[in-house]
Amino acid sequence: MTSTHAAILEMRDIEKHFGSVIALAGVSIEVFRGECHCLLGDNGAGKSTFIKTMSGVHQPTAGEILFEGHPMHFDDPRDAIEAGIATVYQDLAMIPLMSVSRNFFMGNEPQKRIGPIKFFDHATANQVTMAEMRRMGINLRGPDQAVGTLSGGERQTVAIARAVHFGAKVLILDEPTSALGVRQTANVLATIDKVRKNDIAVVFITHNVRHALAVGDRFTVLNRGKTLGTAQRGQITPDELQEMMAGGQELVALEDSLGGTV
Amino acid sequence: MSESSAAATPVQDERVKEISGFRKALIRPELGSIVGVVAVFTFFILTAADSGMFNSQGIMNWSTVSAQFMIIAVGACMLMIAGEFDLSVGSMIGFAGMSIAIFSVTLAWPVWLAICLTFALCVAIGALNGYIVIKTGLPSFIVTLAALFILRGLTIYFPQAIERRTIIGGIDDAAAGDWLAPLFGGEIFQGFFVWLADNGLIATFERGTRAGEPVVDGIPMLIVWAIGLVIFGHVLLTRTRYGNWIFASGGDARAARYVGVPVSRVKFSMFMFTAFCACVFATCQVMEFGSAGADRGLLKEFEAIIAVVIGGALLTGGYGSVIGAALGALIFGVVQQGLFFAGVESSLFRVFLGVILLFAVILNTAVRRVITGER
Repeated sequence: MTSTHAAILEMRDIEKHFGSVIALAGVSIEVFRGECHCLLGDNGAGKSTFIKTMSGVHQPTAGEILFEGHPMHFDDPRDAIEAGIATVYQDLAMIPLMSVSRNFFMGNEPQKRIGPIKFFDHATANQVTMAEMRRMGINLRGPDQAVGTLSGGERQTVAIARAVHFGAKVLILDEPTSALGVRQTANVLATIDKVRKNDIAVVFITHNVRHALAVGDRFTVLNRGKTLGTAQRGQITPDELQEMMAGGQELVALEDSLGGTV
Repeated sequence: MSESSAAATPVQDERVKEISGFRKALIRPELGSIVGVVAVFTFFILTAADSGMFNSQGIMNWSTVSAQFMIIAVGACMLMIAGEFDLSVGSMIGFAGMSIAIFSVTLAWPVWLAICLTFALCVAIGALNGYIVIKTGLPSFIVTLAALFILRGLTIYFPQAIERRTIIGGIDDAAAGDWLAPLFGGEIFQGFFVWLADNGLIATFERGTRAGEPVVDGIPMLIVWAIGLVIFGHVLLTRTRYGNWIFASGGDARAARYVGVPVSRVKFSMFMFTAFCACVFATCQVMEFGSAGADRGLLKEFEAIIAVVIGGALLTGGYGSVIGAALGALIFGVVQQGLFFAGVESSLFRVFLGVILLFAVILNTAVRRVITGER
């Protein structure tokens, strides 16, 4: 398990309490450059809370966040984005009524100074958007095409391209494949692979073991707000992963009765 | 990403239908209002051309009324795109007018001070509306409905308690010689209109004390404010970073927040801008009439919202156009005054409002489906 380089992002014993509910009871992971780290867990395991802590939406009740070796404290998502942690949310990635180019630069609009006033540089925005989309393998009708006309997979890809363009060092993907068809899922997984080859750390949240195994280098399983352990590629079988996620016994029994199809 | 990625050969996707330029033009927010403007002008040119509606005085008449609608529509439009409503605009107009009257006439303070204090007061109330909406997370509809009643009540109470009447006049006397008042009540390009009259391009008064002077003696500051605010709003919305934030805040506040857009600040500032616009309206009106009445601005909030909706904005936020809202306001002004010129019973104006609102909303919903690909 030793790595030649230091972790770019390390979360140590993160706890998060919402009132009397303990959502996270000590979760630790290490994320490395150029790797896809899969975070697996069933619904309610604490995956969402955990990534929201990573991306600055929530502040941890206890525990430490080390980014590039230094302890970090994120007050809001902007802090995390500025540090280089970008998050792509499953359903909230894009605003359907706005154009691809306006979405792409949302919160990071390029500006051009004319006299004393700064204007939104639409020419640059459109050009960059088209170039980045083509690179990701999506042909847009035009940069002013509304995001609402794109498919779910394309929207995820726009969001990923956006994060990469703005210099993300760590890219967190929140269930990017859960609502997609087979073909679109393949496209998103291929995009993840492209991103990883650019030396960016990818944190891929999913509850689909097959999707995780397709691109993952390292697998961490969460259950009931705790880490059940981290495994490297080749050290674990799909069945073992599935069993860890489900927390053991019941699923084995169920699987037997269903003839091993779960 | 590096150059290793797929060579950039644009391959036409067989599943993407080519969209004609015509269809593209159809999904502009301003579409409905442009059609409306053409229809309304065609109608009145055919039915009321000889009534004086399109001579210099007539044009000035409906332009002024349209400009009034425009001033409040710009504020309402930006706020609606940011995802919120303000129902207190009408009451704010009454309140601001009365505030100027009480400061300048009752308390006999200089008019410039009264105007400045009123602007500060109105923008502060707008800010309070915004603060309550943002902090409580309540719908702005309810919060500003409360403000509608509170402000209207105060507007009737104060002049009654202080002066035992609900209309305070004499502001024109107080404003004489004031340096700030002409910015709202004055006119510009008077020389140009004299020149036009001298050259016979516009009519002059034939009798009375003003014989020989042009019938239209300048562009009222009200119209200048309207055009200025429309240009400001349009540029801010379409050409700046802040404009993108306004669209994003109304389109999906959570998604915007997650990429670092300061949604609360954007909404907050738009509430203040709406109040500012209402105050501009009120100040121009008070300077023109020379008096303030407790019932001024009644129903204006709805007229502003209707103009904005005719202009193509979605009630749910995130989509719309200031130019569209301005055209919506123009439709209003032309129809309201046009019905008068055409000799039609003016109560039919309300019927027209209701009908056109309904059409606009149906059209907008259809446009939204086309844009978002919803089925």
